[in-house]
Amino acid sequence: MTLPIIGLALGLLIGILSPISIPPAYAKYMSVALLASLDSVFGGLRSALDDKFDNMIFITGFFSNALLAALLVLVGDKLGLDLYFVALLAFGMRIFQNLAIIRRHFIKR
Amino acid sequence: MGQIKKGQWAIGLVCIILGLMIAVQFRTTSDIKESLGYQRMEDLTLQLNKTEKERAALQEELGKLRTKLANGEGVSGEVDKLRMEAGLTEVAGPGVTLILDDSKRSRQPGENPNLYLIHDDDLLKVINELRAAGAEAISINDQRLLAMSEIRCAGPTLSVNNSRSAPPYEIRAIGNPQTLENSLKMRGGVLETLQFWGIQVTLKTNDSLTIPAFKGTYRFEYAQPVKGGQV
Repeated sequence: MTLPIIGLALGLLIGILSPISIPPAYAKYMSVALLASLDSVFGGLRSALDDKFDNMIFITGFFSNALLAALLVLVGDKLGLDLYFVALLAFGMRIFQNLAIIRRHFIKR
Repeated sequence: MGQIKKGQWAIGLVCIILGLMIAVQFRTTSDIKESLGYQRMEDLTLQLNKTEKERAALQEELGKLRTKLANGEGVSGEVDKLRMEAGLTEVAGPGVTLILDDSKRSRQPGENPNLYLIHDDDLLKVINELRAAGAEAISINDQRLLAMSEIRCAGPTLSVNNSRSAPPYEIRAIGNPQTLENSLKMRGGVLETLQFWGIQVTLKTNDSLTIPAFKGTYRFEYAQPVKGGQV
């Protein structure tokens, strides 16, 4: 459990120290991709607790989720549909579900 | 929590990226908030529209009150004369109409685009010339020019009496039409210089044109009348 936390802290540190900034027009995409990766991390933790963790599935899931979410927003922007919220809702729900399962794992012991 | 062992490295790696994204997103969001924001723009537009409507209504009211004042108070010709001199009444008479528009000439690469636009100093020169030729009343785009009126650049537009307008500029002046026309058309004069840069100039003499009254208000905050000629 320590390694993910260290990783998170390291990523935050790099992000704060480096001068990367994205134009405001793309902030929407970034936020959806962010949520997608957050969802992946929770999913990964959950499957690790279930002892079903698979490296390949996890890594591909992470990238494909983030990319698909960003693509969805792009298509939504072009069509004038707020597909943005669809992605937010789907990922948000999954995060909560995964969180609930992770919680149960810890409480069981 | 030794249960998570298998995926530690992969999750840790992904967490680095996640942390990076969070930091970048955080910075971007705070950037947006600093630069007045998108939603705020809409708010301001609405507010502007509302205020402009309010202003129009108030101007109308002001006009009504002024006519009421003029009708009700038939004091003497003196007041009317002073009001005319102060630019508070609409005036009519012979004069000239001058329409200036930005240059349509295509600009050569490397040339300063400012040369082909109308600036405040161009208009000031024209106004100066008209006044020198004895213009009695002048307006720019329906804004009456008073002793205190400013003519200045406000971005791409021009501000006269604190109200902005864009080209074409219509300058109306009441006075002797011939004198006014000649003063502007003088060889080497104002209009020739403007036309050299391709600025579109239309000059017409009119037997009768009207110049609107000053629509704003002004107060004297610092100046006091001095009685008897001593300070």
